[in-house]
Amino acid sequence: MTTSTGMTDKHGAHEAQHGPLSYRLLLGIWLGLMALTATTITATRIDLGFLNVVAAMGIASAKAGLVIFFFMHLKYENRLIKGMALTAFVILAIAIGLTFVDVGYRY
Amino acid sequence: MIRKRPSPMITRGSILMDNSGQMDNSGQMDALGPMTKTGPTAEHNATQAHAPHPKDYHAAKMGMWLFLFTEILLFGGLFLLYASYRMRFPQAFHAGGQTLDVFIGGLNTVVLITSSLTVAMSITALRRGEIIRCLWLLSFTVACAGAFMINKTIEWAAKFHHGLIPGSEHMAALPHGQSVFYGLYFAMTGLHGIHVVIGASLLVWVMLLIKRGKVTAADFVLLENAGLYWHIVDIVWIFLFPLFYLIS
Repeated sequence: MTTSTGMTDKHGAHEAQHGPLSYRLLLGIWLGLMALTATTITATRIDLGFLNVVAAMGIASAKAGLVIFFFMHLKYENRLIKGMALTAFVILAIAIGLTFVDVGYRY
Repeated sequence: MIRKRPSPMITRGSILMDNSGQMDNSGQMDALGPMTKTGPTAEHNATQAHAPHPKDYHAAKMGMWLFLFTEILLFGGLFLLYASYRMRFPQAFHAGGQTLDVFIGGLNTVVLITSSLTVAMSITALRRGEIIRCLWLLSFTVACAGAFMINKTIEWAAKFHHGLIPGSEHMAALPHGQSVFYGLYFAMTGLHGIHVVIGASLLVWVMLLIKRGKVTAADFVLLENAGLYWHIVDIVWIFLFPLFYLIS
């Protein structure tokens, strides 16, 4: 019992390294997300052909990044969770990328 | 500690904690009988006093992330379908996208992003011990979820009004590209809508636990995990919005 309590305390101390994110930082991220939303809506009014798709997906990815790193505080997680998240997204990218190669050259 | 006989000097709380954790103590049950009746509160006090993090914080969070990866792959599969059919039927997807209301879609984007902000803020509030503020922020989030679903209902109702009902003969009779576009639209926004409802329900549940003092400034991982789920719901919408409303 004593040892496990000791370990939990250590964990607690480790957690305390990354205290709660400040309201100001979170509001800043929100402002960034709002600005990107406005940008993506405006960007569709300009006809860039295929670049419209690239721009929209790029902005969406940037927004997702802001949410993942700050709102979901992945930036402050340990390497294991970061590595797991990276693996999951790389697998998704491979799946989508390879399917695009397949579909793009088949028809 | 397990084998050790509890001495008469030991505090009531710690006896009960051992008792709840270890079955080896059954020999002591008679002696503990009367005290066990006051179990829940005493145990609660003991937990708070002796172990500020009674759960394994990292394991709890890692489990949630693993689950979220499966959610990402679930929606990822649907995004794949969208991408390949869009390449097959570019005109139909363009025409279909024109019939969706960018204003309602944009409004829902703002609503969901703002609700993500308030969830993130509620975790800060809880960890700082600002319980009332935390509960208000979470209430606001749930209200946002409600607003999102009302918008969604208005949108779907307008489509139903035009005869675009999932599974209907009218939709099946549309040209291939269009029926695929609306099929994907209903399937993806529908699945996302279910996630909004689940996420909001989770947050309401955590709110009740916060009110009852079960989720606290020291033991906040449940709120954090419910928040993670809510953010994933937001992220899915961040991609759905441009794909259906903007670049079609």
